Amino acid sequence: MQYDHILVRYGEIGLKGKNRKIFLNRLHENVLDKLKEFSTISIKTTRDRMYILLNGENPDPIIAICQTIFGIHSLSLAIKVDNDETKIKEATLYALKEATDAKTFKITAKRINKEFPIHSQDMNQILGGYLLSNTDGFTVDVHNPDIEINVETRKEATYITSLKIPCAGGLPVGTAGKTLLLLSGGIDSPVAGYLTMKRGVQLEVIHFHSPPYTSDRAKQKVIDLAHQLTSYGGKIKVHVVPFTKLQQKIYQDIPHGYSMTVMRRMMMKISEAVAFKEGILSLTTGESLGQVASQTMESMNAINQVTNYPILRPLITMDKEEIIQISKKINTYDISIRPFEDCCTIFVPSSPKTKPKKDKVIYFESSLNFNEDLEETINGIEVIEISHSTSHEDEFSDLL
Amino acid sequence: MIYLDNSATTKPLPEVLESFRQVSEKYYGNPSSIHRFGADAERLLLKAKQQAAQLMDVKAEELVFTSGGTEGNNLAVKGIAFAHQNRGRHIITSQIEHPSVIEACKSLEKLGFQVTYLPVNSDGVVEINDVKEAINDQTILISIMHVNNEIGSVQPILEIGAIAKLYPKLFFHVDDVQGFGKVKLPLINSGIDLCTISGHKIHGLKGTGLLYIKRNTTIFPLFHGGAQEGDFRSGTENVAGAVSLVKAMRLIIEKQRTQLDDMKTTTQLLRNCLEQIEGVVVNTPRQHSPNIINISVPGYKPEVVIHALSEKDIYISTKSACSSKKPDESAVLSACGFNKKISESALRISLDYDNTEDEVFTFCHSLSEVLQQLSEVMG
Repeated sequence: MQYDHILVRYGEIGLKGKNRKIFLNRLHENVLDKLKEFSTISIKTTRDRMYILLNGENPDPIIAICQTIFGIHSLSLAIKVDNDETKIKEATLYALKEATDAKTFKITAKRINKEFPIHSQDMNQILGGYLLSNTDGFTVDVHNPDIEINVETRKEATYITSLKIPCAGGLPVGTAGKTLLLLSGGIDSPVAGYLTMKRGVQLEVIHFHSPPYTSDRAKQKVIDLAHQLTSYGGKIKVHVVPFTKLQQKIYQDIPHGYSMTVMRRMMMKISEAVAFKEGILSLTTGESLGQVASQTMESMNAINQVTNYPILRPLITMDKEEIIQISKKINTYDISIRPFEDCCTIFVPSSPKTKPKKDKVIYFESSLNFNEDLEETINGIEVIEISHSTSHEDEFSDLL
Repeated sequence: MIYLDNSATTKPLPEVLESFRQVSEKYYGNPSSIHRFGADAERLLLKAKQQAAQLMDVKAEELVFTSGGTEGNNLAVKGIAFAHQNRGRHIITSQIEHPSVIEACKSLEKLGFQVTYLPVNSDGVVEINDVKEAINDQTILISIMHVNNEIGSVQPILEIGAIAKLYPKLFFHVDDVQGFGKVKLPLINSGIDLCTISGHKIHGLKGTGLLYIKRNTTIFPLFHGGAQEGDFRSGTENVAGAVSLVKAMRLIIEKQRTQLDDMKTTTQLLRNCLEQIEGVVVNTPRQHSPNIINISVPGYKPEVVIHALSEKDIYISTKSACSSKKPDESAVLSACGFNKKISESALRISLDYDNTEDEVFTFCHSLSEVLQQLSEVMG
């Protein structure tokens, strides 16, 4: 006997009514795509559960991948047996013996198929007794068991599962449209991207690159971050904006206290233009209230003024420590802390205004004509497509 | 030529050499240089490390590229000893370790460290109980090899790891130079904190190797300087060497997956043949690595046998090449309890995945011929 399939539980999709199908279809496609290298497995999606039939495949790497797919709440390795008492007993025993770290257990039988003759309570008794008499060292603990073995008798078969492995939750990526994430290369913005993806949003990324003030390594960092984010969703398009000329102009012609505010406004204008062109309906930033000068209430108000697009700020109320924790969990932290300057850290005035006045910003901007520069900048955007399966460093693959 | 000295070193694969050549030619930038050319070399180095990490099922940050087995072992043993001497100054190792571990330990003894050199049983295997009993509240390091380089015995690394786990204060280092690519050793959850691998034992190049250092383990570096390799090993990275090493790792693991059974069969055949030659005693235990057979030819000087076989273009060795310049008997065989006659007449035959049954037959035939001739002369 062995675990022959993985039982996948949906999270919030379960609350959906008439449009549940849209979510399930998307989840099914996402799972298929993520697991396409495992050619022997098959995936069955039903209204309440998804079943990944292993057909002899090693479940561990499959589970690891499933844990990164949004829309999955938890999963368990499961054994499927006929609705037959002896077979159920054997499978339960196997599930318990596999849990080598456990000392106490509990059986939870559920009889969804009421035609099955043994009632759930009786089943608990029968299986508990059987396990105790066929193992050494295990005891029953119904309140706080090390392992809970679920025995679910459905119409077609009985499913035995034990360990419940928590997954990423959220909604399937692709069910909530697209957003354009402003990705600097720091710790925060990839986390913001991850959290929007969690709500089913697909990402495109915009990055402001200012060579020679920022290096190729800084750009590479952003590509690596985007690549890491693809493990939670599909392909990601990265728009690399040649920002040098505009940034130099701002630095030269705008009073230093206001240069940061104006720079941010330009970034928003460019982002909005890209979003418009790509049919994207919102922008996302990694801003956290009060973290730096550009993220005060006054700054956000002044910066936000240039766009009517909704700006999603999933980190707005989070502490830095909480953000760092997530970035470590999603494996972006180590990339983010590579020490290269990005466009936000160069040309930084010694004391940027934390409470910029809107009328002043508009006054300073009006003395200069940015429109031509903006147009030139937008036309010079480089687009890089990044997908998870094809490593972006294929150029080295022959060497390794 | 029949080359049966693969535990001393192996022939670099053409693919490995080609990688080395290409990287040296195209990516000779210094990974620490800030320009694009340096960044390319840095990316390549990182990519190589990521691939090595994937092959070993560990994290890229946990790997340090070294110059080979001797450096890896020294870095592990001295690095732990120096960094953690405030916790205690006792080290446990075995009597059959490679000289790069034994001598590193002896050097530490001169600095006031205490070292326990565990004995081995007649199969050349460390007894678990001896390990348990040797641990005291001063112990900071256990260093035990995975596969012995002379007789091919395989140590119970996972059992020792399970013991090491019970003592959070001590670190467990495994010299896997002879085992990697032949005997599986899962690192994850094994209790192993450090693990040494060498390139030239797996058809890579001399001067390449790596040391696995589990996350959050601090060691005192042997080399100080530009803080390369996460500050564990300063010195401009050998990018071409590292890339060629990782390629060799990938290729040997492929062979391990597809050709291990064949190698076991060939080695078994070798053993059977040797057992039938008069005057030959097989020293390697029944449970052993799939590529090493150690024999003795009591009464014969092993050097003479080696030279006679060289005449026929057949290459085997006496004991470990690293200690074979010392005249005495094999310390490893003595530790296993073999008598002097056996331990001073030992020969080691070590195969690789591509040695054929024909080669084995030819070798056995030549060996018995050589022994015959020598006995006539001496007789």
